[in-house]
Amino acid sequence: MRMADSAAPAADLLPPRFADWFASRGWSARAHQLAMVARANAGRDALLIAPTGGGKTLAGFLPSLIELSERPPANAPRGLHTLYISPLKALAVDVERNLNAPILQMGLPVVAESRTGDTGISRRQRQRIKPPDILLTTPEQLALLCAWEGARLYFENLRCVILDEIHTLHASKRGDLLALDLARVQQFAPNMRRVGLSATVDDPEVIKAWMSDHAKGGNHSVDLVRGPPGAEPIVEVLLSEGRVPWAGHTAQHAMAEVYDVIRKSRTALVFVNTRFQAEFAFQELWRLNEDSLPIALHHGSLAAEQRRKVEAAMARGELRAVVCTSTLDLGIDWGDVDLVIQLASPKGASRMVQRIGRANHRLDEPSRALFVPANRFEMLECQAAREAIAENKLDGDPPRVGALDVLAQHVMGCACSEPFDLLALYDEVRSSGPYRDLTWEDFEQVVDFVSTGGYALRTYDKFRRIVRGQDGLWRVRNAETAQRHRLNVGAIISPAMLSVRIAMRGGRGGRKIGEVEEGMLEMLEPGETFVFAGQVWRLVGVTNLDVLVQPAPASDPKMPSWGGSKFALSTYLALRVRRLMTDQPHWQVLPADVREWLEAQRDRSVIPAEDEMLLETFPRGKRHFMVVYPFEGRLAHTTLAMLLTRRLERAGSAPLGFVCNDYAMAIWALNPLDGLDFAELFDEDMLGDDLEAWLADSFMMKRAFKGCAIIAGLIERRFPGEQQKSGRQITFSTDLIYDVLRRHQLDHLLLRCARDDAATGLIDVARLGAMLARIKGRIRHAPLEHLSPFSVSVMLEIGKERSPGQSGEMILREAADDLIAEAMQ
Amino acid sequence: MSDVASRPFTYQFTQAPCGGLRMQLMATEALLRASGALWLEAERTLVVADLHLEKGSSYAARGQMLPPYDTRETLRRLAAEVAALTPVMVVLLGDTFHDRRSEGRLAADDAQSLRDLAAGRTLVWVVGNHDADGPQALPGETTNELALSGLNLRHEPQAGLQPGEVAGHLHPAARVTATRGSVRRRCFITDAERAILPAFGAYAGGLNVRDRAFAGMFVRPPLAGALGVGRVHAVGWRSLAGD
Repeated sequence: MRMADSAAPAADLLPPRFADWFASRGWSARAHQLAMVARANAGRDALLIAPTGGGKTLAGFLPSLIELSERPPANAPRGLHTLYISPLKALAVDVERNLNAPILQMGLPVVAESRTGDTGISRRQRQRIKPPDILLTTPEQLALLCAWEGARLYFENLRCVILDEIHTLHASKRGDLLALDLARVQQFAPNMRRVGLSATVDDPEVIKAWMSDHAKGGNHSVDLVRGPPGAEPIVEVLLSEGRVPWAGHTAQHAMAEVYDVIRKSRTALVFVNTRFQAEFAFQELWRLNEDSLPIALHHGSLAAEQRRKVEAAMARGELRAVVCTSTLDLGIDWGDVDLVIQLASPKGASRMVQRIGRANHRLDEPSRALFVPANRFEMLECQAAREAIAENKLDGDPPRVGALDVLAQHVMGCACSEPFDLLALYDEVRSSGPYRDLTWEDFEQVVDFVSTGGYALRTYDKFRRIVRGQDGLWRVRNAETAQRHRLNVGAIISPAMLSVRIAMRGGRGGRKIGEVEEGMLEMLEPGETFVFAGQVWRLVGVTNLDVLVQPAPASDPKMPSWGGSKFALSTYLALRVRRLMTDQPHWQVLPADVREWLEAQRDRSVIPAEDEMLLETFPRGKRHFMVVYPFEGRLAHTTLAMLLTRRLERAGSAPLGFVCNDYAMAIWALNPLDGLDFAELFDEDMLGDDLEAWLADSFMMKRAFKGCAIIAGLIERRFPGEQQKSGRQITFSTDLIYDVLRRHQLDHLLLRCARDDAATGLIDVARLGAMLARIKGRIRHAPLEHLSPFSVSVMLEIGKERSPGQSGEMILREAADDLIAEAMQ
Repeated sequence: MSDVASRPFTYQFTQAPCGGLRMQLMATEALLRASGALWLEAERTLVVADLHLEKGSSYAARGQMLPPYDTRETLRRLAAEVAALTPVMVVLLGDTFHDRRSEGRLAADDAQSLRDLAAGRTLVWVVGNHDADGPQALPGETTNELALSGLNLRHEPQAGLQPGEVAGHLHPAARVTATRGSVRRRCFITDAERAILPAFGAYAGGLNVRDRAFAGMFVRPPLAGALGVGRVHAVGWRSLAGD
């Protein structure tokens, strides 16, 4: 592999116009910017890893700008030269602005334009007929462009594609689709170079494997260019009066200190892990907000208009803090942010580096971040994350195999743009990273699915969506089928969303406040109150697609969900937490009460070795409890609990219930659990028949199936001339289809896809499997008289889902004191 | 209506051993089966509504390749009911086919299942809006309405109060919300004077009984018989939620 270097002097790489421009700004081109020009001159693909604020975007565009500025003038339009892909619409628009500044200042004959779902129709149509030199867009728009007739002509002069924030694009279905479209465009434009940009990458080889052309040498065809390391971030952990609570997810105890820190900062981003935590923290901060600081709220359920308002106010520097979820993990530069606060656990080192990078976009100054752990395990997690960041060790992404439902969508898109040859398309697909090992059998099955639905009962052969002509090429059946496909392009499936509207007289819905996921409402009854968009509302009722509410400012809101993070604790961070827990001399770095807690656990129960899993059993009331600490995240623990429950049932233990958090799982039963054969109970074979039997009817499989059915085009989200179908209608019909398909064709492609998705996503079987292998022969059983200090946090989750409002909190607090007293006896 | 409605009324029903609900419909004893079928014991007659056979292929013809197994799944469930109850008459209460060309798209073995259904018993096709002409080649009698032991069997319920009417067409579904979640199921809906049957077809969707399409049809707040696993759950009007 050739390593990039900056040996060539700037003068050789930068034309005078560019050198002058740098000089006029009082800058000199950075080494990695010049290296990118050198890589381009050599015709090589490149992956640039440079910290935020390092001129990364300019480095990506510089070669294109130079090339475009040196073209002789032409009379006819010359087609697209450079394609820029961003994970966010807003980022594409922001980069358009930032890119046009140097273009204008240098007077370059270059047109750069963005194109997103929000771009007006007339501009989009013009962009098709007369493309700009540089088009800035999203993966979904690229998929759409590739599915148009004439895509080949549109892209034939393309020289370069730039993939920004590439670490967020690759490891998902969205990344699968993008990789396929890259392979497609490469066929149209054999001279196209691929350029990846990223600030946080753990393993560059994984990214290279995804972005590279595997018909051209795969990873070896991509050169790695590294920018200078940025200043080390300063990460601190907040200790509220030196205490860390036993349990909880909201960090309510520390809110006064958080407010104080905000008051002392210029602008703070306050990250939380769920929308409800965001609403909760926002309420708490405003309750304390005696100075009426401009503190705003930003999360995915708010109306787009409201989010844009917050973003605009932030860009103008008018806000002191924004409480936000992952919606602001990425995005446009806000120069004024000088502090990132993470409320509750960070869950992964990479995500934290990304979030911390949102503060202070100047290279020479360190970013500042403050972790606020909500409980003691989170304290360990924060400390582990802090150490991982200091050592620059990030979570690795597991290698990804491309999903077949995405491939089905892509094959249909190819047929919509031009007739294809089956073998040529197979080779093209395999030149993309995620599909490089695709078998011919799977490919054929996908094509058959696209054509006829892929059913063993061949009654649909006369309805083929794509047909093979006498020339041997496959083409779409008719223009209408193609149009319907184009309306449904994309790989992002959002859950069914309902509009929240203010109730008007006559049961009609008035102004829209935002959107909520369907599932959230199932916990609320009409008349109950809840927090949304920073205010308290009373639920009036639900009509077809609208949630009708009235303001209820003076009420105590019910919290619809206390649940922890939707992100699982990363495998790497979990390992570091286990290590920190085992390493007793290391406990010195922890606050006194957390240290005492660990010592109490050591004295009253056991601190397991790093490679062991602790299993505690103890009686409590009339129940017998078993608590284990796998540290594999809530999803994997929940799956484990469901499977263990089945086994305990068979063993005659009469299990009654279970509860999980990110660190531990507790099961309780009528009969004693301490005499069981734990090695057998936790044997890996639970992932065989038990898993299959449980999966068959699980709603998670149905949910996964729905996603696959939509992506693969079995269910259409939109029809020409119709409004978008409500997610609600889709839910119902895919469940019926799932049931019928399971009974009549268990080996169908989409059932396979759904199973794979459920196994890696919703139920995390992959991680559970790795855990069961890890603990084989290493279960450390501690039979106890009563509960242990470690168990308190998970025991406190019992019954929590049903604790509405303040009174519930009181009960909980009482119960908490009892449990703690018992554990410390 | 106000006169009848103001009279206190308690629904009388018993859970049958098969999981169904046994209740009086006017003067006739009816069994609401967990399959969604209605069983009239005195006449040994099985009534099913809205089979929507060949809905899958109807979508496929328009380019949406739903699994082509809905017809056999629906007929399999119907055959299981016939085997369990040995009726002398089977009434298909309209919209048996999803569209007018459905019969022509039937797979050979599915068509045979339908012929088997008519063998040794009376098969009645009450026609509906989706299949107004009745079957072309399949056996059975075609009719718009059928009077049977004091009940009127027709496809589309007529407006206003219709004592004795048994109909389909609306695909009633019930949503029940609890603190831990909510569930939506196909259901019978009845006020003990008339009954509307759930759709029997594998791909037939459901319309919430709180929808205004059901307004003004019942003399008193009706009872929903929600289809559970092997059991019909009697759910009172107040426990039913909108969507």
